[in-house]
Amino acid sequence: MAQASRGIAASSGVVIRGLRPRGTIWQQVGSFARRKPLGAFGAVVALMLIVVAIFAPFIATKDPAETNAALVYAPPGSELLLGGDQVGRDVFSRLVYGARVSLYVGLLSAFIGATIGMVVGVTSVHFGGKTDLILQRIIDTMIAFPALILAIAIMAALGASLNNVVIALSIAFMPSTARVLRSQALTVKEMDYILAARVIGAGHGRIIFRHMIPNCLALYIVLVTVFLGTAIVAEATLSFLGIGVPPDVPSWGGMLNGAAQRYVHLAPWLGVFPGLAIAIVVFAWNLLGDALRDVLDPRLRGT
Amino acid sequence: MATLLEVRDLKTHFFTQEGVVKAVDGVSYDLAEGETLGLVGESGCGKSVSALSIMRLIPDPPGKTVGGEVIFDGQDLLKLPDSQMRRVRGKQIAMVFQEPMTSLNPVLSIARQLTESLELHLDMSKPEARREAVRRLAQVGIPDPEHRIKQFPHQFSGGMLQRVMIAMALSCNPKLIIADEPTTALDVTIQAQILELMKHLSREYGVSLIIITHNLGVVARYADRVNIMYAGKIIERGTARDMYRHPSHPYTLGLLHSVPRLDLPRKEKLDPVEGQPPDLMHLPAGCAFRERCRFAIERCAEEIPPLRAVSAGHFSACFAAETLVSRTKEKGA
Repeated sequence: MAQASRGIAASSGVVIRGLRPRGTIWQQVGSFARRKPLGAFGAVVALMLIVVAIFAPFIATKDPAETNAALVYAPPGSELLLGGDQVGRDVFSRLVYGARVSLYVGLLSAFIGATIGMVVGVTSVHFGGKTDLILQRIIDTMIAFPALILAIAIMAALGASLNNVVIALSIAFMPSTARVLRSQALTVKEMDYILAARVIGAGHGRIIFRHMIPNCLALYIVLVTVFLGTAIVAEATLSFLGIGVPPDVPSWGGMLNGAAQRYVHLAPWLGVFPGLAIAIVVFAWNLLGDALRDVLDPRLRGT
Repeated sequence: MATLLEVRDLKTHFFTQEGVVKAVDGVSYDLAEGETLGLVGESGCGKSVSALSIMRLIPDPPGKTVGGEVIFDGQDLLKLPDSQMRRVRGKQIAMVFQEPMTSLNPVLSIARQLTESLELHLDMSKPEARREAVRRLAQVGIPDPEHRIKQFPHQFSGGMLQRVMIAMALSCNPKLIIADEPTTALDVTIQAQILELMKHLSREYGVSLIIITHNLGVVARYADRVNIMYAGKIIERGTARDMYRHPSHPYTLGLLHSVPRLDLPRKEKLDPVEGQPPDLMHLPAGCAFRERCRFAIERCAEEIPPLRAVSAGHFSACFAAETLVSRTKEKGA
């Protein structure tokens, strides 16, 4: 021992930079903002949109369902901030209220779908053999249907309601996540630290949730941000087909559909603003997701 | 000293599409409490597979332990149900791997990994486990353990990580630690430190050690007894001293000659073991080493030489063992 410890004594005085204790939550938020300004920007925008959705009645300038023949296709900036639609409703107020449905469906279905998919994919790899074979064939079957067709079928079975849209889209996102994360998990499974975990007597749950999944999170976060945008648009498609939310309930996807497409040459603002809203949400969550991925991965911390 | 581990006729085969690979083919040895055993052989001779077979961690499929017994502390590990085997792993038998850099989970802090087996096996609460983990880190010579324990594996050097691995292995006071090439991935200067540390700790706690290595120097210094493996079988067994003074198998002799020595002139040629190890899928009849052996006789092609005693505690699986021993005795005299 004496001989062994002598070698280290020399290096023990060295204080490694950037390894200070992590501090309070607020200090951590501060350091996140300093190191990942783009991610912090994304977080702020994402948070703002959620606030808008929650306080929609206070932010909207008009009743989103109120029609006014005088304001049909009113251009933006005149009487209405972002113009009027084909029945003279206020586009701005509809956008504000639409944030509720769109964010609810988008966030929830992307998170639920990707999370279930990740657990299925990683579990499938961990057990391997017949479990993997059976799970993957089920996923093959699900992937064989286009996601939207699958969601339509599920909606038809469950009936039209907002929560059923979330369920249907979650199921539609599940198989592709499971497949993508399986590829990652296959690499992770072969790592020595998984064997080391088995050597200390860790059970299946511990290996899957504590050792494998944290090493697959980078891909998961990317998928969630991708699905978020897809879900907002897919909800609109379901609504357009009459199996989503009722058409009078404002949602961004719903605003993009129908009149916005038919009269784009006449009243481009009908499509531009909801499209912009979706783009901003997806962009903000992408920035946030990217930054989160870097921060959650200790190997990339401090870079 | 009481026997802790008894491996009897262990056979682990891999069933591949091309055929059956007999990675471990009838290996037997025993290990006393507190003893350090060296398991030596070149790459692919079945050293690691025999260790993983004891832990029952051979990937199945394609691998399968098809025969034998592993009596550890009075019970046959090969017959234990999975749930009980999990309680043996980490608690009774621990392992240290070759690559400390990849043997620790990169996304978990050292603290989380060190406390894992404590929480799992000793039912410790989080703060208790953490205190214990800090104590263990100090024990393996990590300076400033209170602080270092919060860090992640990439913030440690290879030698330091191997110390962490040893701390992990020790955490539940196991009776046996299997070290699979614990120093191969480390700098030469660090190797001695790690081995000294392991030896010291095993003495202090009476832990038995199995050191798997291809480095004869490591064995010479740290192992009480040595098993030399070739093509899935043990071909020579004895004390480290026996092995160096009177190697009684041509393969051992070859290994000893192939080590570069600082004390010989540089123009002196190295004398490697010629040829390649045999294909474990198509082992020839008779002695597996025959084709590379200078002493091969006709009998070697017909029957597999059994492991037999050449002197007290010294065994060899070679028909010419006595000739070899007497040769070295003459030389020494």
